[in-house]
Amino acid sequence: MATTVIAEQPPGRKSLMQRFARGWEPYLYSAPALILIVTVMLVPLVVGISYAFRDVQILNPFSGGFIGLDHFRALAGDRAFLVALKNTVWWTGASVLLQFAFGLILALLLDKPFTGRGLAQALVFLPWAVPTFLTGLNWAWLFNPVIGPLPHWLHALGILSEPNNILSDPELAMWGPIIANVWWGIPFFAITLLAALQAIPRDLYEAASIDGAGPVQRFLSITLPFLAPTIAITILLRTVWISNFADLIVVMTKGGPADRTQIVASYIFTQAFTRLDFGYASAVAMVLLVLLLVYSMLIVVLRQTLLNKD
Amino acid sequence: MRARPLILTLAHRLAILAYILFALFPLFWLLKVSLTPNDLLYSEGVRMWPSRTSFDHFRFVIAHSDFPLFFRNSLIVAGSTALVVTAVASLSGYALSRFAFRAKYWIVALMLLTQMFPLVMLVAPIFRLLSPLGLTNSLTGLVIVYSAFNVPFATFLMQSFFDGIPKDLEEAAKIDGATQFMAFRQIILPLTLPGIAATVGFVFTAAWSELLFALMLISGNEAATFPVGLLSFVSKFSVDFGQMMAAGVLALIPACIFFFLIQRYLVQGLTAGAVKG
Repeated sequence: MATTVIAEQPPGRKSLMQRFARGWEPYLYSAPALILIVTVMLVPLVVGISYAFRDVQILNPFSGGFIGLDHFRALAGDRAFLVALKNTVWWTGASVLLQFAFGLILALLLDKPFTGRGLAQALVFLPWAVPTFLTGLNWAWLFNPVIGPLPHWLHALGILSEPNNILSDPELAMWGPIIANVWWGIPFFAITLLAALQAIPRDLYEAASIDGAGPVQRFLSITLPFLAPTIAITILLRTVWISNFADLIVVMTKGGPADRTQIVASYIFTQAFTRLDFGYASAVAMVLLVLLLVYSMLIVVLRQTLLNKD
Repeated sequence: MRARPLILTLAHRLAILAYILFALFPLFWLLKVSLTPNDLLYSEGVRMWPSRTSFDHFRFVIAHSDFPLFFRNSLIVAGSTALVVTAVASLSGYALSRFAFRAKYWIVALMLLTQMFPLVMLVAPIFRLLSPLGLTNSLTGLVIVYSAFNVPFATFLMQSFFDGIPKDLEEAAKIDGATQFMAFRQIILPLTLPGIAATVGFVFTAAWSELLFALMLISGNEAATFPVGLLSFVSKFSVDFGQMMAAGVLALIPACIFFFLIQRYLVQGLTAGAVKG
């Protein structure tokens, strides 16, 4: 009798232990990731928000005090910031639209099998692997009349009256980073859209052609509806991402000439990096964060109303 | 009747060719200038290929500049980040893929949040928090920061790879007496090797390319990564285009190798995800 009890007890205790361990197991697996995210992203985020209401200048040892809404009052009258807001809209809109249009065309071109597709795909996707700082430098060099061909070509085509560097022309400078961004970002859209295209069942197209639908009709009534959710999500996420993407501008123009290419993200970086005014930089960042939140909320509301309509 | 498809095929190939030219031209120009000897640089400025090429710029950059040091620093930072992130993200991705637990929703929400807010917001606070710890101007500091930035995306990526592996495999192993972790390590991880390779590639490329935080956190040459080194070189010696572009070509190498390794897998993986989702 006694032996059976002893023999049975360990499995019972073990199963309790096991159940306990099982409950904790997912937390153990996620712990390293969570610790990293909380200490390196969440804590600095909260600290950064507190900076927005404090006077934090690295070069000024007496700074650090609480100043309430002073930064935001200064922001409202900061012309450079207002220009940066306007530039952000222009930069994001043009970049996303061009990347999407050229990306969609590329995805459609690569959708059907042809000899050499693998190689063509590898080559056209290559820009995506180029580090962004190098993309920026590379295009800055291409636009430089001393070393690059683009000003001379644009001059020959009659687009520029003189073979000058468009990056130093206040009217045209923004096109420099935008073109670099389009070059770099087309593959992202193409990859995502190509993946979605290849998930469309082929029989649908066959059925449609048997019913006598032409290529345009097939595109409008099969391809586009199938792609629509991917298109919507990719564009929304990309809009947020590109509006925060300051690398190309920092590398190519540093926001100049005369702040004509400064976007809010690069303005934050400039305030922190060159002026070491962390308080003001954080206040600008807060405004950007709020704008992005409003944008995301609008998207969610829009999505809900569209879903309800169906 | 035959002429129309032929014209369409021709137009299709031409369009593909145009895309390839647009994609490759800037890189071709980078290579071209890096191979042009200094005396021909301006006289043959817009020619497609110089009448004489030389490796002088590369030789100079490798032997007489700090770029080998920057290259080594970047390799250490990007390599360590890729390893740390892949290890951490395979664990957390596995948790999200295989367990139903109470905090799962919040963990996913937290990770999505980190993908939405502008990282540039963190430039100032991270600098301020790391400097008393002695982690500014240090490669370790960069690895920690980059690891955290890349973990959320890598977690989702790994989760999608784990989702593609049937659960029966672990169930069978557990009936044979293995714990969940043993099943994970000995059965699931080997099956996800292609996914792990893709994650390593993604994170390596991201860490290799990162600029803004490296600019903010690193000030001396000792710990400068390639982007920081190249930018300071550009602002210091902005006349020596040949050398700058030779350095640029060097910066391109590791990223391109990784890309060619993973690019085929890229569309396949996304297709699988799209079919399931």
